[in-house]
Amino acid sequence: MYDAVIIGAGITGCAVARFLSGYEGRFCVMERSEDVCTGTSKANSAIIHAGFDAEHGSLMARYNLKGCRMYPKLAEELGFDYRNNGSLVLALSEEDIPKLEALKENGIKNGVEGLEIVDRARLKELEPSIGHIPVAALYAPTAGIVCPFGATIAFAENAYTNGVEFRFDTEVKGLTPREDEKGEKYWVVQTAQGSVRTRAVINAAGVYADILHNMVSGRKIHITPRRGDYILLDRRTGGYVKHTVFQVPGKFGKGVLVSPTVHGNTIVGPTAEDIEDREGVDTTSEGFADLMEKAGFAFDDLPLREAITSFAGLRAHEDRHDFILGEVEDAPGFFDCAGIESPGLSAAPAIGEEIAGEVAKKLSLAVNPSFNGKREGFFDPKKEMIKDPDALSRMIQEKPEYGRIVCRCEQISEGEIRDAIRRPLGAKSLDGVKRRVRAGMGRCQSGFCSPKIMDILAEELGVDVADITKSGGGSKVIVGFVKDRIG
Amino acid sequence: MDKLQYNLIIIGGGPAGLSAASAAYDAGERSILVLERDTRLGGILNQCIHNGFGLHTFQEELTGPEYAQRYIDFLMERGIAYKSDTMVVSVSAGEDGMKEVAAVNEADGLLLLQCKALILAMGCRERSRGALNIPGFRPAGIFSAGTAQRLVNIEGYLPGRKVVILGSGDIGLIMARRMTLEGAKVLVCAELMPYSGGLKRNIVQCLDDFDIPLKLSHTVVRIEGKERVEGVVIAEVGPDRKPIPGTEEHYECDTLLLSVGLIPENELSIGLGVKMSTVTNGPIVNESLETSVPGVFAAGNVLHVHDLVDYVSEEANLAGRSAAAYISSFEKESSSGQTDRIPIAVSGGIRYTVPACVDPGKIADWLKIRFRVGEILRNRKVVLYLDGEKAMSKRRHVMAPGEMEEILLTKKELNRHPDLKSIEIKVEEG
Repeated sequence: MYDAVIIGAGITGCAVARFLSGYEGRFCVMERSEDVCTGTSKANSAIIHAGFDAEHGSLMARYNLKGCRMYPKLAEELGFDYRNNGSLVLALSEEDIPKLEALKENGIKNGVEGLEIVDRARLKELEPSIGHIPVAALYAPTAGIVCPFGATIAFAENAYTNGVEFRFDTEVKGLTPREDEKGEKYWVVQTAQGSVRTRAVINAAGVYADILHNMVSGRKIHITPRRGDYILLDRRTGGYVKHTVFQVPGKFGKGVLVSPTVHGNTIVGPTAEDIEDREGVDTTSEGFADLMEKAGFAFDDLPLREAITSFAGLRAHEDRHDFILGEVEDAPGFFDCAGIESPGLSAAPAIGEEIAGEVAKKLSLAVNPSFNGKREGFFDPKKEMIKDPDALSRMIQEKPEYGRIVCRCEQISEGEIRDAIRRPLGAKSLDGVKRRVRAGMGRCQSGFCSPKIMDILAEELGVDVADITKSGGGSKVIVGFVKDRIG
Repeated sequence: MDKLQYNLIIIGGGPAGLSAASAAYDAGERSILVLERDTRLGGILNQCIHNGFGLHTFQEELTGPEYAQRYIDFLMERGIAYKSDTMVVSVSAGEDGMKEVAAVNEADGLLLLQCKALILAMGCRERSRGALNIPGFRPAGIFSAGTAQRLVNIEGYLPGRKVVILGSGDIGLIMARRMTLEGAKVLVCAELMPYSGGLKRNIVQCLDDFDIPLKLSHTVVRIEGKERVEGVVIAEVGPDRKPIPGTEEHYECDTLLLSVGLIPENELSIGLGVKMSTVTNGPIVNESLETSVPGVFAAGNVLHVHDLVDYVSEEANLAGRSAAAYISSFEKESSSGQTDRIPIAVSGGIRYTVPACVDPGKIADWLKIRFRVGEILRNRKVVLYLDGEKAMSKRRHVMAPGEMEEILLTKKELNRHPDLKSIEIKVEEG
């Protein structure tokens, strides 16, 4: 019997798992795909909202603010990339300025600090590349940017090293409430790989959260996958935009954001299109055209020709547009983390901490005395090179694999790729390696390094190279061998 | 850390770097180091196992690895130093004219080097799907043609069985034939432009000979399949290169190969502060193939994308000789870089020239000016004017964007214009 089963290994599920591992108990994360961070958590704006946007009094507002405040310290303790770069909401005409005022007021009510409306001159100082259209902006100095893969993997790894089990390729098919002979309630979680029993279930299933919720509750919820296209620009564009730059909804529509990423790329997005398919992460040419047009309202000469990739992500939009958090009234022991759309990434640590606390209280779990909340991030020779080049040289003499650069665009060594595979909950696919250490994330989009990474994966995992996948399941990279390797 | 010193460092041990090294040596330079990021010298030629290389240089048909080996042998015969598995991470130029190179490899760890002259020979990379914003899913089974070429020819892997190719660049054409020979079915090659991006001989030998249709003015409008490619949709495009609704055709396939252009790999050059051409995506160079940073030269695909390796070797030979000359006058005179040079003006459909500017005093016997046109041009003359006076003219029946052109500027002609002010190359009717 588990104390808690967490369904979904996205940022929310992993954050809950990490905080739950601070308590004594048997916990398990079940994930339908092959790795952590493969759904909404991997395809989003990668930003930490300051918390002025969510309506005052909503769960979104409360958890966003708290999460935003938790990130800097967590990033340090768990070794993932985060930067406090501040955000700007642009007014694209004089008529938009009252909207900035309203946002500011809402933000102050939410408890956001340092909000300031800046005129065009000050805006130009803050964001020198700004285009000719914006007239003013709401400046939020507490906003930030984060590596969403890094944060999710950090939460997961830390949870794992503190004893949480992870089961991948394990889709939950059914949930049944039961009672044992002593009258203790528990849940049976059915998967294709068999059933497990658990005292509590935490539903962090992203765009599938309504399906799970509706299996156990009469109070139905409804999630719509809302697709957003993004374009990612070459690191060469790093520095073009300094803050996360939003547009206030106005006569040009909802606007898109343009933001630096923690790794020095520029991200443009998202569009918003409600769809049916919960796996419908296909991009559209209409989406790209929309992004390019709207980005032009903020910046006159955004270098969109420097695009290195584009992708789409799905937001788990619930009809009432707020997070649904906590124990479900008519399903005791079943805890929702549903409707987690923007600002879900910002709110994740707060959701993780509070839901873990609620579950612990419900189950009367004791504090885990051996909990270690710290994690060493991935070893990055590039950072060492700046700090102490001599030490790096000595280190490479000892461990030559860190001197063999495999991914030339992001300058990632063989040693880092092996680390990505060997670490707890290590990578099993090309995308898994990419999300952990950025090999293949650069401007050639893995054209040069993927054959080498396939070989390293095959060697480390002890499998045939023909079985190496891009992202698990049926995504095999090659279909066989030349002349099927006669003999 | 101590810095190792060389007179000349060459970044890249592919055809350009190898040729430049031998040429610099033959011009008298002895302190040379070639840095190569791959395990073997030879660059991309190592995976080009088809023939057709060396017709101009050696008057025989060689495979890529054979061609590379000739130049590797030149390097070995001359005892020129090189380091393989060595990745250059940054380059900078000091005020004293010395260039600093930082590199990483497993034997030395972080390697700091200093040199008087530097030759950029890093080659190019393939344009990826992301750079084109092709809509659809992002499954396994989408490869750039060069990656597929490496998988087949070096690793011995088969990337797919039913293949659609987007783009008619030379690597894509070569891979159409290669995949067919390995038993795959290549369904179609779609090209966005109304003309092919590859050499005519490759269209004939790699598509026509295998009955693979080439669809000009077509592009991929959708990629299907969530895990592995299951199909692509191709549509015709109009003169604005936008898909024409109603022309969509569905192809069931497991693989999409992209041969949609090559991009000179100039991240190091940009870091060094070299002035770049927005047309070629390579450095702007003068008659000595010297960039805007004095003592830094460029040759091969890092400078502009070539069709034939023979031309790369020839070009790099000039860069090697120029670097040797720069080094021998290093202490005596300061290079003027690109100031006081005559820019080469172009018209009539020429997109760029390499070099972009000329100091007539630096030309020994002749200078080969290479260029490309922007569209297919028929029955034209290429005319070189010096101070408005016709100096050279050649008739061309067909010129295509996929085929590099050249015209010779001779010392003899230059001598007739001792006070030269303007150089112009025009493509004219007739």
